Amino acid sequence: MGTGLLLALLLLPLLGSLGVAFLKHDDLLAKRVTLGVTLLELVLAVLAFTAYSPGGARIQFASSVDWISQVGVHISFGVDGIALVMIGVIALLVPIVVLAGWADKLPQGRSAAGFLSLVLVQEALMVGVFAATDVFLFYVLFEIMLIPMYFLIGGYGGARRQYAAVKFFLYSFLGGLIMLASAIGCYALAADKLGKGTFDWATLVQVVHDAPLETQIWLFFGFFIAFAIKAPLVPLHTWLPDAAEQAPVGIAVILVGVLDKVGTFGFLRYNLPMFPDASKALAPLVMVLGVLGVLYGSLLATGQRDLKRFIAYVSIAHFGFIAIGIFAFTAQAQVGAVSYMVNHSLATGMLILVIGMVIARGGSTSIADYGGMAKLTPLLGGMFLIAGLSTLSLPGTNSFVSEFLVLLGSFPTQPVAAVLATIGMILAALYVLWLYQRIMQGPVRGTALVGISGGPGSATDPEKAKVLDLSGREIAVLAPLVALIVLLGVYPKPVLDVVNPSVTATLTSVGAAVPAAAQEGK
Amino acid sequence: MTHTLLAAEGALPAAGVAQSAWLLLALPLFGAAVLLLGGKATNKWGHLLGCATVILAFVYGLTLFLSTTSLKAADRIQELHLFSWIPVDSLSIDFGLRLDPLSLTFVLLITGVGSLIHVYSIGYMSHDTDRRKFFAYLNLFVAAMLLLVLGNGFVTLYFGWEGVGLASYLLIAFWQHKPAAATAAKKAFLMNRVGDVGLAVAIFLMWANLGTTQYTEVFAKIGTLDGGTVLAISLLLLLGACGKSGQFPLQAWLPDAMEGPTPVSALIHAATMVTAGVYLIARSNPIYDLTADGRLVVTIIGTVTLLIGCVIGCAYDDIKKVLAYSTVSQIGYMILGVGLGPVGYALGITHLLTHGFFKAGLFLGAGSVMHGMNDEVDMRQYGGLAKKMPITFATFGLGYLALIGFPFLSGFYSKDAIIEAAFGQEGWRGWVFGGAAMLGVALTAFYMTRLMLMTFFGEQRWKNLKSSDGRDYHPHESPAVMTVPMIILAVGSVFAGFLLTNGNFLANWLEPSLGELKEAGHPPLPAAAMTALSLGLMVVGVGLAWLFVGRKPVPVTKPERVSWVVRAARADLYGNKLNETLFAKPGEALTKGLVIADDKAVDGTVTGIAGALAFLSSRLRRTQTGFVRSYALTMLGGSVLVVAALLMVRFS
Repeated sequence: MGTGLLLALLLLPLLGSLGVAFLKHDDLLAKRVTLGVTLLELVLAVLAFTAYSPGGARIQFASSVDWISQVGVHISFGVDGIALVMIGVIALLVPIVVLAGWADKLPQGRSAAGFLSLVLVQEALMVGVFAATDVFLFYVLFEIMLIPMYFLIGGYGGARRQYAAVKFFLYSFLGGLIMLASAIGCYALAADKLGKGTFDWATLVQVVHDAPLETQIWLFFGFFIAFAIKAPLVPLHTWLPDAAEQAPVGIAVILVGVLDKVGTFGFLRYNLPMFPDASKALAPLVMVLGVLGVLYGSLLATGQRDLKRFIAYVSIAHFGFIAIGIFAFTAQAQVGAVSYMVNHSLATGMLILVIGMVIARGGSTSIADYGGMAKLTPLLGGMFLIAGLSTLSLPGTNSFVSEFLVLLGSFPTQPVAAVLATIGMILAALYVLWLYQRIMQGPVRGTALVGISGGPGSATDPEKAKVLDLSGREIAVLAPLVALIVLLGVYPKPVLDVVNPSVTATLTSVGAAVPAAAQEGK
Repeated sequence: MTHTLLAAEGALPAAGVAQSAWLLLALPLFGAAVLLLGGKATNKWGHLLGCATVILAFVYGLTLFLSTTSLKAADRIQELHLFSWIPVDSLSIDFGLRLDPLSLTFVLLITGVGSLIHVYSIGYMSHDTDRRKFFAYLNLFVAAMLLLVLGNGFVTLYFGWEGVGLASYLLIAFWQHKPAAATAAKKAFLMNRVGDVGLAVAIFLMWANLGTTQYTEVFAKIGTLDGGTVLAISLLLLLGACGKSGQFPLQAWLPDAMEGPTPVSALIHAATMVTAGVYLIARSNPIYDLTADGRLVVTIIGTVTLLIGCVIGCAYDDIKKVLAYSTVSQIGYMILGVGLGPVGYALGITHLLTHGFFKAGLFLGAGSVMHGMNDEVDMRQYGGLAKKMPITFATFGLGYLALIGFPFLSGFYSKDAIIEAAFGQEGWRGWVFGGAAMLGVALTAFYMTRLMLMTFFGEQRWKNLKSSDGRDYHPHESPAVMTVPMIILAVGSVFAGFLLTNGNFLANWLEPSLGELKEAGHPPLPAAAMTALSLGLMVVGVGLAWLFVGRKPVPVTKPERVSWVVRAARADLYGNKLNETLFAKPGEALTKGLVIADDKAVDGTVTGIAGALAFLSSRLRRTQTGFVRSYALTMLGGSVLVVAALLMVRFS
């Protein structure tokens, strides 16, 4: 059953996208069909969760067919707990994004069908990239995945969308090529050892993991650079602010919420098991990059003047935490990092959506154009605050569990990095609450709000600026996220339990018999 | 050490009434949820629900308390496991409640004083269109505060700790259209987070060294650690306490927090939340017992803070800020108390309870005054209000007497005990800590008497003035819904001290949690002499206040030609200035610099490399025309890399 579910998860959005592509002349129908398909996908994902047994095989729901048998390339899929929760996040976020963009105006001459069918293709490819268990297939999907995103940003984005789309594409594509080089290197190693090359992930892990350290390091970097661009680690991050700024709101959610997680997922699935010695040897480097990301991203988030660029830098800070958690090599830190991948999608996804709702009302992405908005839209203000509190990892919200686990778990093995990263907790409070203050608190002000009643600056009485509070549809978009943010903050066990065995397996394959804290005390 | 053993011993599973202890969290949480989700539909009865949940929690708490009084000392520590919160591998963070004398004492304080303040708020907030939301936040606060004191481990404590921080943020910023309120709320949250980081790192240290974060296990194993680690943990916990309790050097947020509605100041920023630091140190007594150096730092922080609070309190004209600095100062006494270790834990908690009564009462009284005076806080606009507000005057007066340590009122018992214990410290410590605490008595008497004189006595200055919104002042007594809670608190201010200290009642009751209250070692003076001295100093303080403020008319505008001491005190002893120079200004500059660097240097380098790779001399911005070419060249570059890597693997 599980295998069928996984294949259905892959094919459904693909078929859906084909169908939607034909609905060029009926925007509403296209939206409805897309929403239906994505909701069905969500149902499938939930079923997949129930079919998955956390204590079971390392890779479950596995299936495989030959693709290019001459060079040992297969089309094979399967999931572990880490991939499964990410697929769950995809299935959850896409319908929310579709609903959130329901009333968006598309650029002249573009149909909703075109946009939505790209979104569905994107969904299928993202599921594929997490489910691929053949390294070559993963590479192919990793690169192909860029194409719909390129068009989504470049075709439907803001004023500088072309520049942003090209920059996004080139960065990621180049990273992918470097990864391909490494993948071929691994293939060559397998050919040497087994007499026959292969790209099968499980086989490669066996073959490559005891290669000499120097070889491992070279191969490690090939994958690492690709992933460090994707889940942007400083200093490879500069494509993200442009992409996030120019992408339509919903696409930014997918980009930051899911696509970027392929990078951190890649660390876990490829770097650690395939190159364990290199991973351990280079952990200090990752710690430096992680801490740098946390502090640098946070400070830059504080200094941003644009709402969407703000989010990009917040994410860069959070990716720093995730990287630290992954390379600290303790179960707590790594489970924390994986749950961080989920929780960041929920928290930052919600923050982007809320900010999108602010922008939809004020028509400006500049922070300085707003002020005192909570007075006009108290509900939107409340939602903004909830998303913000989750972003700053307040206990009781989902993000606290993951951030706390990352820091607590990293402390025994990487005390310096962990302590420096805790400064990020203070900075997070600063950038979130300061943004909230500038947008929502104080007297009603700013050209985006005051100008609304009849051209910028025309409203003499700020209190009379007509800005509507959340609509029913918008509440429906945010409500599931709020519910999950609170639920997973108070009762995170279901996610932790799914992730824990896969993390343990990953750590075992690294040979990181690193004791999680001083266990002699227990 | 018997008490260490008691606190560290495994707790019993909760039985009987105690099994329903989750109600303590559920009741106020339910109230908050209904009021927030129900929206405007609950406007009519929202405040009643808000009061009911807290009163019910109080009733349950009282029942629970009474059910444990008959138990043997060792049986009075019970734990109620609710669910497994964060289980990962060997880490298991429980969501459970620890029901012991210490936590139950706090439950009664929080729900008891909380109920009174909820009721008072019905009147105080009656004109506010968002009253429902106010009660929702208050309920949320009570739930978080109860979790803070009831949690059975350091992580549940942390949950409650940041939860009350959120409630405090929401309530300080309750009138968030006022920029000052929004800024104060943010400042409070940020400075608290600095402390929270200390608490968090302390928890990390416990996990790394002991493999647990639950109280029972931490306390049982803490003795196995080396002195340096214990000291580090104790200092990091203290940092957390400093943030939450407004202690030096993190005291600057608390006076600003007075931007919140006055019931908030009474409940959160006087009686309960800000005393959480004292709770933390008392709760962690098995840790502090092991580190004399850690305790010494605690006492130093307490002493420094109590003096800072007194000195600044003398200079402000804003009635709430004077009370706020008074709170800073009184918590300084409590921190000094618990810092003394086994001779002081129970004393700190006793003062915390009596202070909870009289300071809450004082704030409610101040709120009543403001209520009758168009929300004016400048005492220079007051004067002669005793006749206009007799109940407020009487209750406030009793709170005042309790605070300055007037004989046989609450503060007299609880504060003098701390001073005596401080004097009992060995060598220079006794003289320094005891002396400072004694000096504080005179200063406290001075600033509180000044406040009394400026508010309730003398000329009715408001007669010839208008409030800032242009209205005349018509001071009047507040309605019964406000005065009754004030009266109850005034009764507490009078009797609580005697009742709690009579026969060491509270200290004995707390013994299972805090250990036996030891006698202070070497007092240089007999107890009677110390009492006489502190009474004498109190009289001096009162007298000086009368000399400066009472015997001549109070100017309506504050005098500008003042000595450097007053100037420094008015500037909060430069605490804000220091923060600004050390952190805010450099941080801002750094951020500005980084934003530019990120754009020019980091992005510039990468785009520069991209350009070079594509053999394009122009920047990436212009790649729209050269896109296909650069794309092809990138492919080429990639292929070169592929080949290089292949060769590398083959021949390495």
